[in-house]
Amino acid sequence: MPVMDRLKAISGSAAIVGVAESDRFGRTPDRGPMELHAEAGRNALADAGIDKSEVDGVFTSGGYSTYDIAEYMGIAPHFTDSTSVGGSSFVIHIAHAMAAIEAGYCEVALITYGQTGRSDRARGALNLYGVTPGLPNAQYEAPFGIIGPPIAYSMAANRYMHQYGEDRTREAMANVAVSTRKWANMNEKAHFYDTPMTFDEYHDSRWISWPFHLLDCCLVTDGGAAVVITSAERAKSTRKGGVAILGAAEGHDHAILHQMPDLTRTWGRNTGPQALEMAGVTHSDLDMAMIYDSFTYTVLVTLESLGFCGPGESPDFVANQRTAPGGDFALNTNGGGLSYAHPGSYGIFTVLEAVRQLRGETGERQLDDCKLAMAHGTGGLLSSTGTVVLGRE
Amino acid sequence: MADGYNKPIPIPQPESDHYWEGAKAGELRLRKCDDCNKAYFYPRNICPDCGNNNTSWIVASGKAKVHTFAIVHRPPHPGFMDDLPYVPAIVELEEGPRMATQLVNVTPEPEAISIDMPVKVVFESITDEISLPKFEPA
Amino acid sequence: MADGYNKPIPIPQPESDYYWEGAKAGELRLRHCDDCNQAYFYPRNICPECGNNNTSWIVASGKAKVHTFAIVHRPPHPGFMDDLPYVPAIVELEEGPRMATQLINVTPEPEAISIDMQVKVVFESITDEISLPKFEPA
Ligand SMILES: [Zn+2]
Ligand SMILES: [Zn+2]
Repeated sequence: MPVMDRLKAISGSAAIVGVAESDRFGRTPDRGPMELHAEAGRNALADAGIDKSEVDGVFTSGGYSTYDIAEYMGIAPHFTDSTSVGGSSFVIHIAHAMAAIEAGYCEVALITYGQTGRSDRARGALNLYGVTPGLPNAQYEAPFGIIGPPIAYSMAANRYMHQYGEDRTREAMANVAVSTRKWANMNEKAHFYDTPMTFDEYHDSRWISWPFHLLDCCLVTDGGAAVVITSAERAKSTRKGGVAILGAAEGHDHAILHQMPDLTRTWGRNTGPQALEMAGVTHSDLDMAMIYDSFTYTVLVTLESLGFCGPGESPDFVANQRTAPGGDFALNTNGGGLSYAHPGSYGIFTVLEAVRQLRGETGERQLDDCKLAMAHGTGGLLSSTGTVVLGRE
Repeated sequence: MADGYNKPIPIPQPESDHYWEGAKAGELRLRKCDDCNKAYFYPRNICPDCGNNNTSWIVASGKAKVHTFAIVHRPPHPGFMDDLPYVPAIVELEEGPRMATQLVNVTPEPEAISIDMPVKVVFESITDEISLPKFEPA
Repeated sequence: MADGYNKPIPIPQPESDYYWEGAKAGELRLRHCDDCNQAYFYPRNICPECGNNNTSWIVASGKAKVHTFAIVHRPPHPGFMDDLPYVPAIVELEEGPRMATQLINVTPEPEAISIDMQVKVVFESITDEISLPKFEPA
């Protein structure tokens, strides 16, 4: 089990000093994923005011190993980490970077991400069907048509509806879809910046996999993102200063869906409390939360798992547009994977927005006096989670 | 192979040969740990609970109840195009473990299917070697 | 496609379309960073040295020297069975970058090939879209 005293001792020892998206964002049919990694990496280093030659730790996931990306970018690191557990990987990398920096393995860590889900689909290059015969899903799920996240997550959502009520869950999913869209309407980088969503449009959108409507599902876009981390000491001399990494936790409790111990609880039940305790804060201290919204249901199950509310209570928690702009609880203020961007593994974007809100860089959607934020990624089929608590004086 | 069957087909592995032979023979075979005295799914030689190798095979009754399901309207794979809407599910077997499957002989509508409804296994032959364990109302 | 060509065939990507078009047209095209004033291989829009986008294309002379090579006697892939022994190599282009290739029109024996020997590019058409840049003694 994590040793809390030791975790508390390194709380705040490293800081995020650079964040960026790739220049090309949204739809990039003429750009491959590696270029999006490199573009975002360069932009994040520029945001930090750190030269590429000073990067000595690299982190990535999602189809490319760190040596692929580092070679492409012309980086030869002393610390390398390709931990690959789905969309939460890039949040998990933050804890790994802090641990590596604290231990002395590296001083400047670069996390990069890039995917072209949208253009891959247009090109017919998306290999959703490549199953590895030796992996259990090839024998025990795919043959039954349980393939890909929308179907798996919708099955989990149906169990939740059964346990906690279909109508109130449906209303909660609609609330999440609509409130998230309102945030996207305030973010010019968002795919749906110019497109509002009504409750009727949500309820009328076509079925993808019942109980999921189209508007329960995240976008499929192209894009890259990157994060630069260094020691708290060195962060002071970077261009914008640092956002402190106060708490971090990770883990997973299954890989394929039917092995999930409880379809209505994610591993966030551990990472939420651990990250908060490490940071020495509680839920009510947070000014905002960025929660991976691969689907509307993902938000509901994650809010409960992280401990923002009890089991079955998230429909009340998000009721009446409480998480929309102007509401009591600032959630997914960039417009989320549902309405801002979702190239494939969205987790890193939760960190970008948290850092920008803490820095006061988000313009129209900027929260007042934002000092403490949580960013949380979920990966696989509700399988893995990574949680960080970030803060600024 | 059923003519034109173009969905993913399981390739039996060293730990699952006996499972798929069973399915072909109309038996739902489960792994059981003789130390934990508990059945588990999917088949592994090593018990996922205690980590011991003191494991055997049992034949399940085939009785189960629906743990959850969905109704798929957009195919995740071209092979499922003609099956829409179909009903993937997780069922809880009488012996305890959960497994993923498909519900058959049900109307693919939310009103027609309920969680906890009793179901029983039926085997659908898809190749000379492979039959898939699906479930229908009991 | 040359009849029966069953070796791996490059699939041009967004950053390499122009490279492969060049190869098909008999040109060895290189990326060049106008900030670093230096050519690099493989083609990337972003300079791997300085990270800038101030990059252009140049046409290489095709002159190179052998940086290293091997003589392959066991095929790594069935497509190379009939080529044994063949001579994979890394060459250093006159413009600076190194690239991987194959030496052709050489006797595949250690005595017949030497590191630093002068070579020049030749293009071998393998499909309607793809010609591979290989090198032969200059
Ligand atoms: Zn056991
Ligand atoms: Zn350069």
